[in-house]
This record gives sequence, C-alpha cells and structure tokens, in this order.
Amino acid sequence: MFELIGIPPQAFFGQVMLGLINGAFYAMLSLGLALIFGLLRIINFAHGALYMIGAFVAWLILQYSGIGYWGALIVAPIVVGALGIAIEVLFIRRLYELDHLYSLLFTFGLALVLEGLFREFFGSTAHPYPIPAELTGVQNLGLMFLPIYRGWVVVASIVVCLLTWFLLERTRLGSYLRAATENAPLLQTFGVNVPRMVTLTYGFGVGLAGLAGVLAAPIYQVKPTMGADLMIVVFAVVVIGGMGSIGGAIFTGFLLGVVEGLTKVFYPEASTTVIFVVMALVLLMKPAGLFGKA
Amino acid sequence: MTSSPLLSVRNLTGGYGDTQVLFGMAFDVNEGEVVTLLGRNGAGKTSTMKAITGLLSKRSGSIDFEGSETISLAPHHIGRLGLGYCPEERGIYGGLSVMENLLLPPVIRSGGLTTEQVLELFPRLRERARSKGTNLSGGEQQMLAIARILRTGARLLLLDEPTEGLAPVIVQQIGEIISKLRDRGYTILLVEQNFRFASTVADRHYVVEHGQVIDSLTAAEVTSRQSHIQQLLGV
Repeated sequence: MFELIGIPPQAFFGQVMLGLINGAFYAMLSLGLALIFGLLRIINFAHGALYMIGAFVAWLILQYSGIGYWGALIVAPIVVGALGIAIEVLFIRRLYELDHLYSLLFTFGLALVLEGLFREFFGSTAHPYPIPAELTGVQNLGLMFLPIYRGWVVVASIVVCLLTWFLLERTRLGSYLRAATENAPLLQTFGVNVPRMVTLTYGFGVGLAGLAGVLAAPIYQVKPTMGADLMIVVFAVVVIGGMGSIGGAIFTGFLLGVVEGLTKVFYPEASTTVIFVVMALVLLMKPAGLFGKA
Repeated sequence: MTSSPLLSVRNLTGGYGDTQVLFGMAFDVNEGEVVTLLGRNGAGKTSTMKAITGLLSKRSGSIDFEGSETISLAPHHIGRLGLGYCPEERGIYGGLSVMENLLLPPVIRSGGLTTEQVLELFPRLRERARSKGTNLSGGEQQMLAIARILRTGARLLLLDEPTEGLAPVIVQQIGEIISKLRDRGYTILLVEQNFRFASTVADRHYVVEHGQVIDSLTAAEVTSRQSHIQQLLGV
C-alpha cells in the first residue's frame, strides 16, 4: 500500500516514531501547563525556560559533580520544582488579585530573563549531552530501526503522564486538586490548605518541565533557546487541546506530534506549520479546544 | 467555660470592596442549639456566614469559636477548628463523583459520623454514589452538601438556606434531618428566609436587617409574636 503512493514503510514508521517523540515532549509540557492553569488560572509563559533549566541542571551536574543521566532524572526536576516554588511564593502569589494580564506579562518577562542569564553564563551554543550507556544502540523492529533512547523517551513520557493522570483522577490528593480547580474557597473552608496546594502544584508542573528537559538533553542538546523554540508549538497544542483539561493535554500532545510526523511523510513543506493550521481550524470550530469546557 | 457559647459574634462588620454590608452583627450560638438568622434578601445573613468561615476577606470585630478568636484567621485554619460550612449555592463539585464529594472534606477531629452512618441518613446518595456530583437533582445536591460536613468531626454546622428552591416534600425531609442532627449533638446555625420552616426546626431566632441583629426570640415566643416577625421579614 505504501509503495503505491510512493512511501517506503521505513520512512513512514520512522516519521511516526519521530512524531511520537516530539509528542512526548508536547504532552509532558502541556500537561504541566494545564495543571498550572487549572489551579492558578495563569498561563505560565516561563514553562519553556524552566524546561531549559532542567536540561542545564543535568548538564551542569554532569560537568561539575559527575552525576549522570539517571541521577539527573531525579535531581533536575527537584531543583526546577524548588525554583518554581520560590517563584510562586515570591512573585506569582502577589498577582492573583490582579488582572490575568499581569501574571502573563510576569511569566513572559521571567522567561526572557532566565534565558538571558543562561546565555550570558553558558553562551548560546549547544552543549552536547551523552546518551546514557544503558540506552545507546538501535533496535531493529523489522519495519524500522528504533534508537533505543528515543523509545525510552516515549515510554518514560507515557508513564509519567499516566502516573500524573492517576494521581489526579484516582487519589484523595487528586480530588482536592480537582475540587480546588472548580471552587477553591469552599475547599479551603473544609480545612484544606489551598494556598500551599497552589504553590506545590506550580512546583510540580514546572518540575515536569524540568524532567522533560533532562529527557530532551541527549536528543536536542542543551542550549538556552531550547525552551523558547519548543514552547511556541506547545502553546498551540494547549490551545488545540483546551486549557485546563489534563487528559486532553496528554492526548493532544501525542496526537499532534504524530500529525506533525505524518505531515513530514506526505507533505514535508507543511510539517512546521501544520500544528498552527490545526490550531486555527480548532479555534474556528471549537474555540474552547477539543477537550475544553466552553 | 462550659456555660460560655460555642460561637460568639460581637460587633462584626464587613463587606465587599467598598460596600459595607455588616454593621455590628452580634449573636451567640450555644452548644447543642439550632439557631436561625432570619431576614430578607440582602440583610447580611449570607455575608455573616461567610465572615464566620473566613471567606469574607474584609471583616472586623470578634468571632469567638470555642474560645478561639477567628476574626483574622485564614479559612483553612478556621475550618480546622471544627466548623462545617454548607454554602447557599451548595457547592457540589461537578468534576467529582457523588462519593468523592462526600469524602472530600478531610476529617479534622474525632466524633464525626462514619461514612456508613452518613449514608444511612441519606440513602439516596448511596444509590447515586458514582454519578457526577452536579448530575444530582437540587434536593439531592442539598442533601450531599449537608452530608459531606457530617463526617469531618465539625461540631458547628453552618447551613445557608438549605431549603431554597426545593419542593415542599424535600424541605420537610431536610427539616427531619436537622432534627436528627440536633439529637446527635450537632450545633447548627441556619440562615433562612423561609420563616415557617425555620420555626419548625430552631430553638432560637435572630432577625437580621441592614447588617445588624434587630430582634431575637425563642421558639416559645414564635406563635405569640408571629405577626410582628412577619412584618419584620416583610412576608
């Protein structure tokens, strides 16, 4: 069938796989954005910068303390999460009472400042980060050759997304989070410390971005603009999926990664714009997004 | 200590933004009592409830619960002292199932009903346990909003217009539930516009007008002063 339309299966499945990998990052980043939007009602424009910092933390601890990839998977999300908590407590908390525009401007400005600082200290060139020895090599899947590390990224991202979904939908903490998204003041009268929950949610959401940064480091290399490049697409993904829907963010992330990959197969010229075309169509037909509540 | 009221409100003022709605509210609720705040729309009853729970951000004066001054505490600290709040709009969460709504408020001290006891009081909730909270009928949502604050160990229940918009048969059921709760030792502060309903369940009434208590009466005085009250309430 593929030969009929002139596309060898290797190319087809290769692009689907590439799409899934991009989708893995879209999903993890838009999941964090959706979590943060749900509870804080802010659009976190600093998300890409925190993803970049996650990758830099991995690179730095490898350079200066010899902690490798597996350690970085734990250390970087914690560092980025802690940074997020500090940002929420010191700055964002002051903006809840004001118009949403202020938190938008603040996080956008913060992203520029963070990116600028990293460019100042580490230069704008990309720093390579090695694939861990356990995940090097290529697996022959018959239809295609799969670099093991890329397969790992997809699996890791799916696991993280599913765990987060489980945490939200099936646990007591998750019911607090869903309730706070709907009516936080009432939940607070029940004795739940909502302000602390908001802080920790921001920390967790950006921690996910930090984790995505570590996963990305061996594929995309580590550079100050890596977050900004990716976030333009991620925000389009979030708009398509609908703000604040957790399952929607995960599904849309992977779906659009694959859509992008398939476009590379069938009409490569459109591969970088297809997501924005989809975004425009969704905005026209279902402005709240595929999974958003109007 | 034993003779002092469970809840004591003095000189309570407060409002929203620049608009003041409470002008020196003062009343007491003793342990084991059912007390109502009666009054017309906009008299300040709901704002008083919100001030007690801490949701009215601009408030001053004194609110003493079990010997603790709560006027400047955050809502979650006030909730932890043992107040259970059932808001006028019921506040059922649509993103949570009926059971999740029921189990949502954390247990803050011992002495509350078990989940099983709550479901015995509200058998309908057991049948609808897996439905989305907001798929319940208005009456069922009201039952759920009351049910979920019974497990927490809260001793003072703040019920804001639990009969609003409900059919007479449901109103009667809610009246029976309030009586059962009093028998179990709960103290209840009730906001009502429905004077007839209030007079069947409460031990004492405060009449609220323009953000102040303008009169108070006991259940025994209700019949003798009925016309006076109805005049005050504009019924």
